[in-house]
Amino acid sequence: MAISDVKEYTHLTAEDVEQLGRELDAIRAEVEESRSAADAAYINRLIRIQRGLAAAGRGAMLASAHAKGGRPALVAGTAMLGLAKILENMEIGHNVMHGQWDWMNDPEIHSSNWEWDTAQPAEQWKHSHNYIHHQFTNVLGHDNDIGYGVLRMAREQKWHPVHLGQPVYNALLAGLFQWGVALHDLDIERIRKLEKDPKEMKRQLRQILRKGRNQILKDYVVYPALSGKQWKSTLKANATANLTRNLWSYMIIFCGHFPDGALHFTEEELEDETRAEWYLRQMLGSANFEGGRTLHILSGSLGFQIEHHLFPDLPSNRYPEIAVKVRALCDKYDLPYTTGPLYRQYGQTLRTIMKLSLPNKMSSSDQPEPPTQPADRKRRSDDERQSRRAELGGWSRSPRERSHD
Amino acid sequence: MTAGSTISWDRVRKAGSKLTTPLHPDDYLRLINPLWTSRELRGRVEKVVKETEDAATLVIKPGWGWRWSHRPGQYIGIGVPVDGKFQWRSYSVSSPTKRRGHTIAITIRAMPEGLLSSHLVNGLAPGTIVRLAAPEGDFTLPDPPPARMLFLVGGSGVTPVMSMLRTLDRRGTMPEVVMHYSSPTPDRMIFRDELLALEKKHEGFTLHQLHTDTDGILDLGELDAICSDWRERETWACGPSPMLDAISAHFEAAGLEDRLHLERFTLELGGAGGEGGTLTFRNSGKQVEADGATTILEAGEEVGVGMPFGCRMGICHTCTLTLVSGTVRDLRSGDEFGQPNEPVQTCITAAVGDCTFDI
Ligand code: FES
Repeated sequence: MAISDVKEYTHLTAEDVEQLGRELDAIRAEVEESRSAADAAYINRLIRIQRGLAAAGRGAMLASAHAKGGRPALVAGTAMLGLAKILENMEIGHNVMHGQWDWMNDPEIHSSNWEWDTAQPAEQWKHSHNYIHHQFTNVLGHDNDIGYGVLRMAREQKWHPVHLGQPVYNALLAGLFQWGVALHDLDIERIRKLEKDPKEMKRQLRQILRKGRNQILKDYVVYPALSGKQWKSTLKANATANLTRNLWSYMIIFCGHFPDGALHFTEEELEDETRAEWYLRQMLGSANFEGGRTLHILSGSLGFQIEHHLFPDLPSNRYPEIAVKVRALCDKYDLPYTTGPLYRQYGQTLRTIMKLSLPNKMSSSDQPEPPTQPADRKRRSDDERQSRRAELGGWSRSPRERSHD
Repeated sequence: MTAGSTISWDRVRKAGSKLTTPLHPDDYLRLINPLWTSRELRGRVEKVVKETEDAATLVIKPGWGWRWSHRPGQYIGIGVPVDGKFQWRSYSVSSPTKRRGHTIAITIRAMPEGLLSSHLVNGLAPGTIVRLAAPEGDFTLPDPPPARMLFLVGGSGVTPVMSMLRTLDRRGTMPEVVMHYSSPTPDRMIFRDELLALEKKHEGFTLHQLHTDTDGILDLGELDAICSDWRERETWACGPSPMLDAISAHFEAAGLEDRLHLERFTLELGGAGGEGGTLTFRNSGKQVEADGATTILEAGEEVGVGMPFGCRMGICHTCTLTLVSGTVRDLRSGDEFGQPNEPVQTCITAAVGDCTFDI
């Protein structure tokens, strides 16, 4: 299914697609122009709340360790810390590193030097996510987010008996999500194929080790040590907070591109792709979920995955209003807009994970009917595809790291 | 704070970062008090003192990390949030130097075309947190000061000179000073009362006022009358461009340009409508001419600068570099960016005039 076929699928002419692109550009321009003090106040307030929660959570845990009958304080502290970690990773870290708040010209809330509270170094995440995933969204063989190099998430990916273990890998990935993400930019597949530049690999590994070490020290050594005799309960509480955050972010992220309506693409679509076609691919490849304001903030506004993929660097607090316009465009152009309640989106994702642990012939596809395809083009399997693009640009040459560690 | 205690305090914060990684302890401390951070220089506006109809002095209490090191005559950068975005400008420090103090003061005159200066003069409430950039500039008073000095100032050009005069006054070492001060009307003279008081107080200080609305602008031919020994004095001049141009021509004609110190306050307007310019990549020293349609990224690559990039379409922010000076235009929206040290996306911007990048 090349983008030209997508047009057939969606009954759009090339001119329609370009017109759609112009309308999306106009939405972008409108939001850019209207960014104001109220938006800045939003992110500043959120950062204050998040840091307040983190400090209060740690404080409550320590207090509970040094006072009698500290059980409720320990539980409250764990909950606050878990919540703080979720907010920090999702609505704050993810969005700041996308450059959503760069326009404020505040170096303390800027994509170029934000570092987040998870094992993956920000610099590597910005490469694997901001660039690779957002540019090559859902393109098989290019977008490493399809299964995170662990799961088989598309029928086009060749089945192997090892995939029988998928339900287990999935559970492990969910629980250890921050570590899975930490290794993401290393690109295990390239390493396996011996395509990875060893020098780059060493540099990245060193970066991961240092970041990971600091994270582990903090949660599993320093704070427990400060809790004295109660070190065990602090350690458990921190592990619980981390696990909660891992499970939550895993689920939210998997709901972005794997519910049934989200399409996969092949590298042919990338050839001569115009900006408008890129927009179209983002719309067709992403899936939203519905919910209230709190749910959206806790999930880093990724319930607006479609809007986020169209405008990854517009402030997240504006996605709800952007969504209204994008939806109207979908209606106008008769394009699908994949959304549903969170449980249903995740349910579909889980079903796909289970089904794809088996060979294709043992299950049916839940994805929408593929577009009418030119007779002479069949979708290629993993082995037939050329190897992944891995442009680095000057990426690894911009070691802007935080000075204190 | 002695050097010893500063170091141990730094150590405490460094140790504390084990608890707060990947953040600094300062990131939490500033929630209690916005000045308790040295990650960025910040300050709090304590007072706004109206000096004239259109000028005000901002008294600012700097936060941690501020070194009380400014020399009289220098300017500082101030970043003020305007509609959610920090806008930067530079203003002379008008307060005298102190080794350690509590506040610094800058004096600002609102310009009709200056969005920020009128905002600062009319709209900045005490309590506002601003960003600060360390003092800079070589328009300064030597230590010890020369025995005989001449100041030629116009309008808000008085501010750096005021810092020098206040420092001399505070130290009680006022040498022979003649000051010529041009301003449209007496009312618009910033610090007029204080200058008159200084003149009374110090034998050696002479103030010469000129009101250009009624008397016309300074005729340098009269310099001999204002200060007969100007040729033997060290001279500092600060004011509007035409005035400074005339002064430097006059001193050059007399072969005395070595004795003249100049400070220009020009509003650098975004390339004045010009397109393209010379791009300088500071660290590699490479340069290239670029037109107004070529992206900074492409121009840099052309001369072999290792430009970072990812998507090349403005979405991933990989290509962001610090624009040290100059102005660039976003090719998508037409917006211009030209704040000092502003980070810009090179894949979607082109030069508007000469630019320097930190790479
Ligand atoms: S290269 Fe991606 S934003 Fe410039």
